[in-house]
Amino acid sequence: MENFIYMLAPLLSIELFLVLFFGTLAGLILGVLPGLGPTTGGALILPFTIPMDPLSAIILLTTIYCAGTYGGAITAILINTPGTPAAAATCLDGYPLAQKGEAGRALGLATIASVFGGIFSVVILVLFAPMLAKIAYQFGQPEYFALAIFGLTMLSSIGEGTPIKNLIAAAFGILISTVGSDFMTSVDRFTFGVNILTEGIGFIPVVVGLFAISEMLVQSTLLNQTFNRVTLDALKLPTLDDVKSTWKTILRSSGIGAFIGILPAEGGTVASLIGYSEAKRWSKNPQEFGKGSIEGITGAEAANNAATGGAMVPTLALGIPGSATTAVILTGLIVHGVRPGPSLFREQPDFLYGIFGAMLFANIIFFILGFFGAKIFARVTLIPNKLLWPMVFVLSVCGTYSLNQSLMDVWIMLAFGIIGFFMRRFGFSLVPVIIGLILGELVEGTLRQSLVIFDGNWFMFLTRPIVVTFLIFSIAALLVPYLRGEKNN
Amino acid sequence: MQRNNERAIKKKSPSFLNDASIVSFVIIIFSLFLFYLTFNFDEVPPILNRGIQPATFPKGLLIIIMSLTSILYFFSLKNPWKKQETLPKTFSYTLIILILFAIIAKTLDFFLGLSFLSFTISYLWGERRKLLLFFVTVIFPLLVFIFFETILNLRFPGGILTDLYYR
Repeated sequence: MENFIYMLAPLLSIELFLVLFFGTLAGLILGVLPGLGPTTGGALILPFTIPMDPLSAIILLTTIYCAGTYGGAITAILINTPGTPAAAATCLDGYPLAQKGEAGRALGLATIASVFGGIFSVVILVLFAPMLAKIAYQFGQPEYFALAIFGLTMLSSIGEGTPIKNLIAAAFGILISTVGSDFMTSVDRFTFGVNILTEGIGFIPVVVGLFAISEMLVQSTLLNQTFNRVTLDALKLPTLDDVKSTWKTILRSSGIGAFIGILPAEGGTVASLIGYSEAKRWSKNPQEFGKGSIEGITGAEAANNAATGGAMVPTLALGIPGSATTAVILTGLIVHGVRPGPSLFREQPDFLYGIFGAMLFANIIFFILGFFGAKIFARVTLIPNKLLWPMVFVLSVCGTYSLNQSLMDVWIMLAFGIIGFFMRRFGFSLVPVIIGLILGELVEGTLRQSLVIFDGNWFMFLTRPIVVTFLIFSIAALLVPYLRGEKNN
Repeated sequence: MQRNNERAIKKKSPSFLNDASIVSFVIIIFSLFLFYLTFNFDEVPPILNRGIQPATFPKGLLIIIMSLTSILYFFSLKNPWKKQETLPKTFSYTLIILILFAIIAKTLDFFLGLSFLSFTISYLWGERRKLLLFFVTVIFPLLVFIFFETILNLRFPGGILTDLYYR
């Protein structure tokens, strides 16, 4: 009962409600704008949350995550360009249905599926996060090390990039985390004699550089791109027949999305692709997929929104990000001095349930905003890149500078923007870099502390059942993409 | 005729100058350089040594990166990477503008650098409407400056424009 009241906190405080409302609105706008989305948008907004209290800051970031994931569908359906990577599968049937003059129906179905998936995932989050946190109480340093390794190996199977490229990117992320004064012995590593670097490379300059600046460089190569825009009269609620023919798909995809979201490092993109392909596999009319199937739209949208709550489960319970955007949220938690993990559930239930409540209400608010304002949000896609990206750059630079009032952070951001662009050009995903950077300290710290416990004997890891289980999972995570590739071949 | 064409293609792109080999080469050279640097890290006495020496972990990571890159390269011999399209000129100009921004922000003025970048990018990418150019070049950076300065109490680095305000 107490926890239920904590969940209502965002509605009971005017300040929190305003954060919730504007976070949802900002998330929708960021989701609609191709190239931005909740990850880049969250990274851009992160520095602005520094003066806020931790709960308001994290509510802002999580509502941007929820609403941004849905917002991507509007662009996918109207201009055949996913506003977010997670909406890529929505294009496949959303745009063809819109071309048939049923844009309102397509958006209505996407909205209902998104809201259902989102609310379903919050229920999963409320149920499973405390359970996972209880299990994590039994974890010592070796178990956390094995868990972090499992999280990193899961990166090999994320949607973008090949498994090896993803692993290289993750190792690169961990390597960045070693820059600076060694946190255990104070020995300088990779500082090149630069004093500021002894404090290490901050998360935010890397995140903003990799996502926002590299995207600006990508946009500079796409200036000749043209969009075929479908006009939207009004969003239409699904008819009873639509509901009858899609409710099973929505339910199934919500389950798939929540499950995929819980897996470390996976996220909405993988969830929507699996949700879509499962919808096709179970459909009585698979031949309609790709031609405007309503099951295709709902299958993808329910899954990617259900992954939001799922991805928050390992993020909050274990400190292992469940997706790219939750990596940004995790950065937000760390910046605000909140250490995710089992102790958070014991010591700050008001904080946690406040976030759960905010995610739940964000789904309701984006339903209302989406229903009444879809036409206005559709117009956001008209903002030309030649005006949008210079403004994004100004915000990126000022936001990054504001953290430590250091120009070094700005140079780091620019450098990672250029590195990020070339990584993307050659098929390396950026998500593993961020997750590697975030997990780097955990991996190294727990490894070294474990070796102290084991008196330097590496084989002692194999005497711990949980460690062995995670290592088996890790090997499986590395093998699955290859077995899948062999099967596809 | 066909054989001549094949020869011409082979002449144009030697096998060691494809994307996979260049990327692998850059990663391995960069990793080797960092690996060399790890030998210069201080060593701690056994009493302070927490499990492993400070250089051991980065060394291990760099070995993993180099090994994975080698595997990546050998896989690329079997399944060549998709050839990337040549980057348009607008990309090169955008990159140059970023570098110019850094120079102006460091030597002249932070906000002058931001205004310069906003104007040149917007213009380069095709914006010609004067009012909108004025908005992205002057109004928007000014609004951001006021927001950071007054609400977040942030002090920006001095320069020919910013000093006018701070004086």
